[in-house]
Amino acid sequence: MNFKRPRSLKDKITHYCPGCGHGVVHRLVAEVIDELRIRRKTVGIAPVGCAVLAYDYWDFDVSEAAHGRALAVATGIKRVRPDLVVFSYQGDGDLAAIGTAETLHAANRAENLTCIFINNACYGMTGAQMAPTTAIGQKTATTPGGRSPQEGDGYPLIISELLARLRGVCFVERTTVITPSDVLKTKKAILKAFLNQINKRGFSLVEVLSPCPTGWGLSPQKAAEFIKEKLSREFPLGVIKDEA
Amino acid sequence: MKEQNKVFITGNEAVGKAAIDAGCQFYAGYPITPQNELTAYMSRQMRKAGRVFIQAESELAAVNMVFGAAAAGARAMTSSSSPGISLKQEGISYLAGAELPAVIVNAQRGGPGLGNIGPSQSDYFQATRGGGHGDYRTIVLAPTSVEEAYTFTCLAFDLADFYRMPVVILSDAIIGQMAEGIVFRPPSRKYSLPPKDWALGRAKGQQNIIRSLYLGERVLEKHNLKLQRKYRLIERKEVRFHKHLPREASLLIVAYGSMYRLAKDIAVELEGKKNKKSVGIFCPLSLWPFPYKALAQACARVKNVLVLEMSYGQMLEDVKLALGRQKPIYFFGRAGGEVPEVDEVCRFILKHKLI
Repeated sequence: MNFKRPRSLKDKITHYCPGCGHGVVHRLVAEVIDELRIRRKTVGIAPVGCAVLAYDYWDFDVSEAAHGRALAVATGIKRVRPDLVVFSYQGDGDLAAIGTAETLHAANRAENLTCIFINNACYGMTGAQMAPTTAIGQKTATTPGGRSPQEGDGYPLIISELLARLRGVCFVERTTVITPSDVLKTKKAILKAFLNQINKRGFSLVEVLSPCPTGWGLSPQKAAEFIKEKLSREFPLGVIKDEA
Repeated sequence: MKEQNKVFITGNEAVGKAAIDAGCQFYAGYPITPQNELTAYMSRQMRKAGRVFIQAESELAAVNMVFGAAAAGARAMTSSSSPGISLKQEGISYLAGAELPAVIVNAQRGGPGLGNIGPSQSDYFQATRGGGHGDYRTIVLAPTSVEEAYTFTCLAFDLADFYRMPVVILSDAIIGQMAEGIVFRPPSRKYSLPPKDWALGRAKGQQNIIRSLYLGERVLEKHNLKLQRKYRLIERKEVRFHKHLPREASLLIVAYGSMYRLAKDIAVELEGKKNKKSVGIFCPLSLWPFPYKALAQACARVKNVLVLEMSYGQMLEDVKLALGRQKPIYFFGRAGGEVPEVDEVCRFILKHKLI
């Protein structure tokens, strides 16, 4: 197999930590964009969080958005330029805490958009505080004793399952990137989420359970185990909705 | 212009008509009184014109949708009233930081908090000092009539595109909801607007990035200095005002927006009482950039200055900056949705022997 860098990815060393899932998913998005030959008409929305500098790595047009507002910004772009392929790339805090309203309503309006949702169960950028998707018992900077619903920390927010209930949403799948087979499944899901937009099917979302070894205080190997043993039990992998 | 071309229309709707005529391609809004006529007008007219209307789920979403539309190179507008404009400040700061053109309309109502739905001018500080975080300015235009609500909105789109920044139309419940007969005459275009090569989706070969994040050492400072140079240019080029200065005037009333109309009534009332034109009026139309120099010049011959506002003294601070200790400055204001009456202001003027 001829392994080379996708055209949509720049030849740059990323700032991501060893074992982080962002680099893998960035590459998968770039591969899909190459394969669909849409690089010159694709616009990505970078979130507030670790992936805000995604435009340093992707070689197509990118806009920043205020924290949580990625899908509102994406809506504005797509509505005035329906010929473009527009996707948001968001973390759990961005998509499911401060931006819950924007996420839910863009999905509910059946905006013809693609959303790549990186769930690493913490706010990685700011020092690994509790995210809406932090697992029960998971220790973070703001849940030093582990997330406790009994203490008022709430439960892991299953935003993908909630979104799948909406009529405006055509495709939701949850994947991870801890084994080669997981990576291939994730790529297939991302491809589908982009194809749905090209075929004007409405709102598609791929949630990727993504390792954050630094934020979790684990080695990359242990982080992969954490996803397998713990996180994927809170957030079961697989297709949640497919009406495309 | 022929009388039969006149249309009887509210200020809010005139703003909407101006947006349509100026080629606004995207509007997002959220219901709030007293600007609902504008959102309703846009829902009908934008879709009829084949453009985009979205009733957003929140003020935040509305302004960030405008951010997206503007980033893609479209003319875009949102509108609200005071509490909703507070929510939009995040987006306005990001628009300013990313140098995106957009028009934001504020039909001011009484505050603070939920306040009430009466007319007010209590958002002057917020509009002219930035409102959101960071060192930025927005051009602020304050119409005094339905006709100006129309022409200023047309102008706002050109200014926004020319300087690549958000422009605020600061009206209030009076200007927004009163109806006047006007002829739609877009102002002649005096700005040469280059193609938006910086916008998303231009496929020119280079990667276009819309951003306000600059992490490198001194990079953000450099970006800020660039913004500041733009603001200094605007302060030189975009000052606008009305001035009526009768030869025998001893008092200058400084008022903007709907209070300019009240000031004109006060001048007529006092002319009747004193049998001479003893009152001049200065009305800033651009609240930022504020007409400091023009105001200082207008005051040269009068004895006293009276600032009239529907607030407890916000524009007053700019008047003080303009005049220093040059003249005695008096203030009359009411807020909380209440409108000063001609009689009470005349009594104030006579009691303090301002003429």
